[in-house]
Amino acid sequence: MQFPLADKVQAFAWFPDGASSFAPQVDWLFTFILWVCILFFVPMMAAMVYFMWVYRERPGYRGSTEALHNTPLEITWTVIPTAIAVYIFWEGAIGYLDMARIPKGTVDVNVTAKKWVWAFKYENGGENSFEKVGNADMPVLVLPVNRDIKLIMRSEDVLHSFYIPSFRVKRDVVPGRYNYMWFRPTKTGTFDLFCTEYCGDNHSNMLGKVQVLEEEEYKLALEKAVQEPEDPLERGKLLYKRLGCSTCHNAGSEGASGPGPSYNGSWGKEVPLETGAKEIFDENYVRNSILNPQSQARKGYGAASPMNSYAGRIKDVQIDALIEFMKSLQNEAPRAK
Amino acid sequence: MSVVDRPIVAPSTGEVQDSPEHHFLNHTHGFLSWALTLDHKRIGLMYLVGVMSSFALGGFFALVLRLHLWNFKDSWLTNQTYNQVFTLHGAIMVFLFIIPSIPAALGNFLLPVMLGTKDVAFPRLNLGSFYLWLTGLVLFLTALSITGLDTGWTFYTPYSIETQKGGAVLAATFGVFVLGFSSIFTGLNFIVTINTMRPPGMTWFRMPLFLWATYATSIIQVLATPVLGITVLLLAAERMLGIGIFDPKLNGDPVTFQHFFWFYSHPAVYIMILPAMGIISELMSVHCHKGIFGYRMIAYSSIAIALFGFLVWGHHMFTSGMADVTTIVFSALTFTVSIPSAIKVFNWLGTMYQGTVSLNTPMLYALAFIFLFTIGGLTGLPLGALATDMHFHDTYFVVAHFHYVMMGGTLVAFLGGVFHWWPKMTGKMFNDTWGMVSAAIVFVGFNLTFLPQFVLGSRGMPRRYATYLEEFQDLHRLSTIGSLLLGSGLVIALIVLMHSLFYGRKAPRNPWGGATLEWECSSPPPHDNFSSAPTVGDPYDFSGIEYDAKQGGYVKKA
Repeated sequence: MQFPLADKVQAFAWFPDGASSFAPQVDWLFTFILWVCILFFVPMMAAMVYFMWVYRERPGYRGSTEALHNTPLEITWTVIPTAIAVYIFWEGAIGYLDMARIPKGTVDVNVTAKKWVWAFKYENGGENSFEKVGNADMPVLVLPVNRDIKLIMRSEDVLHSFYIPSFRVKRDVVPGRYNYMWFRPTKTGTFDLFCTEYCGDNHSNMLGKVQVLEEEEYKLALEKAVQEPEDPLERGKLLYKRLGCSTCHNAGSEGASGPGPSYNGSWGKEVPLETGAKEIFDENYVRNSILNPQSQARKGYGAASPMNSYAGRIKDVQIDALIEFMKSLQNEAPRAK
Repeated sequence: MSVVDRPIVAPSTGEVQDSPEHHFLNHTHGFLSWALTLDHKRIGLMYLVGVMSSFALGGFFALVLRLHLWNFKDSWLTNQTYNQVFTLHGAIMVFLFIIPSIPAALGNFLLPVMLGTKDVAFPRLNLGSFYLWLTGLVLFLTALSITGLDTGWTFYTPYSIETQKGGAVLAATFGVFVLGFSSIFTGLNFIVTINTMRPPGMTWFRMPLFLWATYATSIIQVLATPVLGITVLLLAAERMLGIGIFDPKLNGDPVTFQHFFWFYSHPAVYIMILPAMGIISELMSVHCHKGIFGYRMIAYSSIAIALFGFLVWGHHMFTSGMADVTTIVFSALTFTVSIPSAIKVFNWLGTMYQGTVSLNTPMLYALAFIFLFTIGGLTGLPLGALATDMHFHDTYFVVAHFHYVMMGGTLVAFLGGVFHWWPKMTGKMFNDTWGMVSAAIVFVGFNLTFLPQFVLGSRGMPRRYATYLEEFQDLHRLSTIGSLLLGSGLVIALIVLMHSLFYGRKAPRNPWGGATLEWECSSPPPHDNFSSAPTVGDPYDFSGIEYDAKQGGYVKKA
């Protein structure tokens, strides 16, 4: 429903251009409320000014001291505002329920807020890139247009709040829990993202950019988002999860519990092989295990589902990182199962 | 001469007076006679000086903020300093100025006089309230000088738990705790006074509406403020003892703090606005020389607002992740509070209808209130509606909304009340022309300051930002210019009042033609207000009240 002045309101640009599936309803409700306000406020103030003039104190004029009641009028001006208030509440609640009920089949993004930067992690494990805006490096959230997006948000420290004005969405990011929100971007483009819950010194710098792309460009951007930390140990830790090692081997103190042997406490030690020989668990051993796993299967794991080779899927620097990770496990004492 | 036309006689000197030489201000002399006074009128005046000084301090911080925001970045404050300034601005304005302002400064003075009695029910408790307020002030100033308080006046956790500026947080929360008791004792005093000390003939529905408003306010003060006290105590305990209630690192829930905090702080905004509405009821009826339209509805709506106000605190938290049902229920309840407020505004306009409208300084402030409060109230609608609140929450739209109701509402009504009762309190008339100029400048300056902020919020500008996107700069600059104009108007108002103390003509008993009891004692009143309990009529019966040019004021013709 288009209201008169609605396009003027947009043109005057009270709101940034709506770019999500929620924007039409939100903007409509706001315009409706605005008209309600105008239709009450203007006559009321006109009456006030009129009364100031027509009933002003002047020689020869004496106002009445009666006119203290008018039951029909009082009932009218109670009932009509009540009805309007109920309707506004209703529309607001319906719009809210659309926002609160998260549909299935969403593209999920994990959002982590911490003082004073946003971090986004995509479904493929890739993390957000940064874009230089002026002096600042702003995190960029890339999203596909016309798909339902779900954000799973948590904070590492204090309250933050995730706000994209063009999408008309906002949700606080609370430490100690996950908050969810969803939306469907309907326009491609770049949109502002703000932190909108005061979080300390650089609250006003905790900004971001949201890039909504066509499907193809989005896929490309997502691939580029596969990023790894610089530090070899950190990278190793990440890769160990990202590359799926953790599904079969565990590195924790719980001892071997998966289809594959645990690495815990193995570094530098002699490990027995299925062939009966013994090998030192060192750089070469790790590299071989990744690129040619069956060539040195561990004793007791001969019948285990064979591990696939990562040859062609892993780079040498990544193997280096994983080696660092293995080294770091050498001092963990195994706990009882 | 009818009974009511008989001038008041001072009990000690037997002297007939209208603008007497001997009154409560010079009844006794010396610092201690004020510092240890039990006279509610002196306590009210001390509060008036105190709250207006706090307002000046809070206002100074506001100007600092607005000047900083002239530039979208690289302005003259660091982020840290900016955060401290907005924290202090909010905390001083809310706790030291607005909440006490009308009840403590005007209420204290007027309650016994409007009731035709000598003092409040508990004069010593009243003085105690004042000293508690002073202690809170000192604690706040301490927090100010211990550099650091930067949590915002809302002290949200976990930031307020983990921020390194611990000393300032503890000093400020303790200051809030002490100020809370000042508020509770004042509320208690007023409830007992109104319940037990009404004169013969003054039934509940023959009370001036200012007393209804004060009564409703006092109920909130007594019921809600203890919750604030406990909340800040829990916050202090979390900081000092790690009890694990709000801190997520200790399995606490930070949102719980918001529930506790707003359970008080939402009713607190009704503590701020109800007395203001009471003042407007008085100003409108007196300056229209006509009874208030719909007296009973205004009385009932005051109580309704006080009670419903306890049910809506969650509307400050719509985006925090509360359950959907909770969120929707809070939105529904929020809309219920809007109706009694709307009814009041219609009733005030109805009061003007066929009245005799005197345009003077108090009336201009009252009319400005109606304009500004209506905008404030109407802009609450998109905030109470959930779908739109998702967009507006924590943006400048909210900032503009609450300044319209708190400043365009409470402050403007407070000023109107101060001007209206100034002759009664001080015995001096002020320069009405310059008073009206101050009202006009305040009105224009206020709108110029805060109307652009609605647009800023709609466009997505968040609150509490020390730097912002360049596209918002023009609107910010308009707002800053407005704030300077607003400040000038307020300074003019202050000068008008101060000037009157030295050069104002002596005020008659009833300069405006009111029909409530405070206009029957001299200006200023004698020490014990009335030598005997006056008989009470309809507080809004203006039929017998005529202007007497000789006196320069109004008298009651039998």
